[in-house]
Amino acid sequence: MLAQLTSGERQLSIVVLILMAMVGLAMAAAGRGDPIGVHGFIVVVASVAMIFVMLSGLYAPEPSAERLDHYYDDPSKVGVILTMIWAMVGMFFGVWVASLLAWPDLTFDAAWASFGRLRPVHTSGVIFGFGGNALIATSFHVLQRTSRARLPDQFSPWFVLLGYNLFCVLAATGYFMGVTQSKEYAEPEWYADIWLVIVWVVYFAIYIRTLARRKEPHIYVANWYYMAFILVVAILHIVNNLAVPVSFGHAKSYSAFSGVQDAMTQWWYGHNAVAFFLTSGFLGMMYYYLPKRAGRPIYSYRLSIISFWGITFMYMWAGSHHLHYTALPEWVQTLGMTFSLVLLVPSWASAGNALATLNGAWHKVRDDATLRFMMAAAVFYGLTTFEGSFMAIRPVNALSHYTDWTVGHVHAGALGWVALITFGSIYCLVPALWKRERMYSAKLIEVHFWLAISGTVIYVFAMWNSGILQGLMWRTYNENGTLTYSFIESMVAMHPYYIARAFGGLLFLLGAITGSYNILMTIRGHSQAALQPSDDAPQRNLAPVAQPAE
Amino acid sequence: MEIGERDPVTGQVTTGHEWNGIKELYTPVPRIVFFFLATTILFAVCYWVLMPAWPLGKTYTKGLLGIDQKTSVDRLVKDATLERSAWTQKIDQMDFAAIQADPSMMKIVEETGHTLFGDNCAACHGTKATGGPGFPNLTAGIRLWGGDPKTILETLRVGINSTHPDTRTSQMLAFGRDGVIDSKQLADVVAYVRSLGGTTDGLDADPQSIAAGQDVFKQNCIACHGDDAKGKRDVGAPDLTDNNWIYGGDLQSVTTTVYGGRQGYMPHWEQRLSATQRKILALYVLSLRKVPQ
Repeated sequence: MLAQLTSGERQLSIVVLILMAMVGLAMAAAGRGDPIGVHGFIVVVASVAMIFVMLSGLYAPEPSAERLDHYYDDPSKVGVILTMIWAMVGMFFGVWVASLLAWPDLTFDAAWASFGRLRPVHTSGVIFGFGGNALIATSFHVLQRTSRARLPDQFSPWFVLLGYNLFCVLAATGYFMGVTQSKEYAEPEWYADIWLVIVWVVYFAIYIRTLARRKEPHIYVANWYYMAFILVVAILHIVNNLAVPVSFGHAKSYSAFSGVQDAMTQWWYGHNAVAFFLTSGFLGMMYYYLPKRAGRPIYSYRLSIISFWGITFMYMWAGSHHLHYTALPEWVQTLGMTFSLVLLVPSWASAGNALATLNGAWHKVRDDATLRFMMAAAVFYGLTTFEGSFMAIRPVNALSHYTDWTVGHVHAGALGWVALITFGSIYCLVPALWKRERMYSAKLIEVHFWLAISGTVIYVFAMWNSGILQGLMWRTYNENGTLTYSFIESMVAMHPYYIARAFGGLLFLLGAITGSYNILMTIRGHSQAALQPSDDAPQRNLAPVAQPAE
Repeated sequence: MEIGERDPVTGQVTTGHEWNGIKELYTPVPRIVFFFLATTILFAVCYWVLMPAWPLGKTYTKGLLGIDQKTSVDRLVKDATLERSAWTQKIDQMDFAAIQADPSMMKIVEETGHTLFGDNCAACHGTKATGGPGFPNLTAGIRLWGGDPKTILETLRVGINSTHPDTRTSQMLAFGRDGVIDSKQLADVVAYVRSLGGTTDGLDADPQSIAAGQDVFKQNCIACHGDDAKGKRDVGAPDLTDNNWIYGGDLQSVTTTVYGGRQGYMPHWEQRLSATQRKILALYVLSLRKVPQ
């Protein structure tokens, strides 16, 4: 892979890595006895290891100009592998924390192994590790194909992919050491946040630079969604993480916001992380891999436009529905609730557009588990967005808030939508990247599909039952006007559902392991009739078409 | 718009663009999408008119219904309090014996006390009030500070070794660690104390040791536990002759207790629970007793 880099790119890499190592050293020196010092060491070790890798290929011959006749897929390949590694790590921690809720003794007598530290390792592991790597790997693949242009250079995609994974490692190791900003899904501290901003700006630049050099007159829908994902996540991340560190030698920082403003900023971030990280980005994925696999045109271009702008505009207002019946002023809650309701329409329009695209290809859905993954994802997307809008209605929220119903809703989205569309896309992507005719085993994809579906259904049904039971037990009054149940009785009532949830999660994890094995065997397999469609190449000779995007 | 080709399955034309083999149909947006868009937006607008909705600088649109979550919840709390006052006033006014004698009042005490106990007391005393290591079994009739309802009510109010200014205070000295008694005396007194409950399990049934332990007991323990080792209510010293052990009655546990001392802790509930709630709890705890007074 190093041989593909030009000598200029190799030198640039080494310079950047030396700078990173120096920053890491400064962190380690300034942060002695503080978690930031440990993170400094991690940065130094990672940078120095990469410097050695780069040095080993520094004097390799220049790559031939022929490379420019092919798309640059090496970062996507590594990204797919990292996606599956993070999937297994993140889901393992998910099964662990789920089991911990059912059997509280199932842990070690150590601070790092407490629920409060393991849970963010699970959430960040699956959202940022698994989801984020999948988005980066697929976006590079989709961006090049739909633009008919190669990535602008060969350094920045690596910087984004590996830099992003360094952020994920700093996040996860930080949680074990007790580092947290106490903001859900934004737990990493200020230095990791700054690093992610740098990585993210380069990511956005890759997108803009490639699109600027595109050979297609129009920008494809998938790229609208990927761009919205990158741009809005940058805004959310920067604003919500505004904080003042205690000192440059301490991991701890204090948020720029406090009180109800802090809560509102956090859930403006939190809900739009769901919108633009877990929805917009993955819709981009769906808009490319689903029609590609089905061999069908998108059902309606006009519906795509309505959905895209509807989702992009409406989601921004919805965050306050996380704070119904709190100290948040009621008018903010009203806006959050009403926009959440309107949001259902573009959401269902997206899901409908995906499902209607399958018209004329339903026989393929029956026979091809890869396409079925994506079909099921669209169905779960529709279900989850309906449920989300429903739960945003204040009186419904009065029952569902703080219960496992929320957890079930999130997992219907995370397992049923995000993970299923990712696995479907990856099963399309892997043979294409490694030039294989097909995946190693279609049977194993089928096994993975049913493990994933049954795991999701068990999980979601368990949490619906548990959540509604909880909500009802917390609000049941006896005839004297006092509460019928104590909180601990609702805990006891949840126990069987918590066992079911852990089992559902375990099935989902087993599915991910099956998929990883299948991918590994596909990569290792001999090039079966080295499949390379003649059109899978960027156009070099045409002048860039400067037309407005439509 | 360029005219694309016609899709044989749906009969729609494509937009004429193609990206890596992907085409898009120019299918019109189904009417139902506009219908639901209009419906949801109409609902939103109506809701905005009726409820607090849009910010206007320092204030906001209050809504025609004049509903506000703060006043709503205040009203609900007031109504609920009023509804409950039918019996809460009786609880407040009646004395303990009268309530205990009234089955309809005791039904309320048991229903309400059950939830109050679960939410406030069960974390230490257990959901069945049977206690656990370090926490007394409330069903066994142990009376550290006295078992009458008034005393229990006072214990609930001020707690034990708590931060309340009137807290009950109780401290067992660390006889072993502080060198008040030597290790042989420690073993002897442990043997003696364990023999009082009548459950010597053979390991420490040496009569000489028990006899020696009695002397140690007389010199060191009777100030709090009394000559007869039946405990003293005013200092919260437990009865050592019954077979109930707060910290465990096995050799190891009793040795640890005498060696390192004990200082149990119970929070005070004066600020967290109302006087009515504490009275209900005192009655409820009494009703749990499985042994006659």
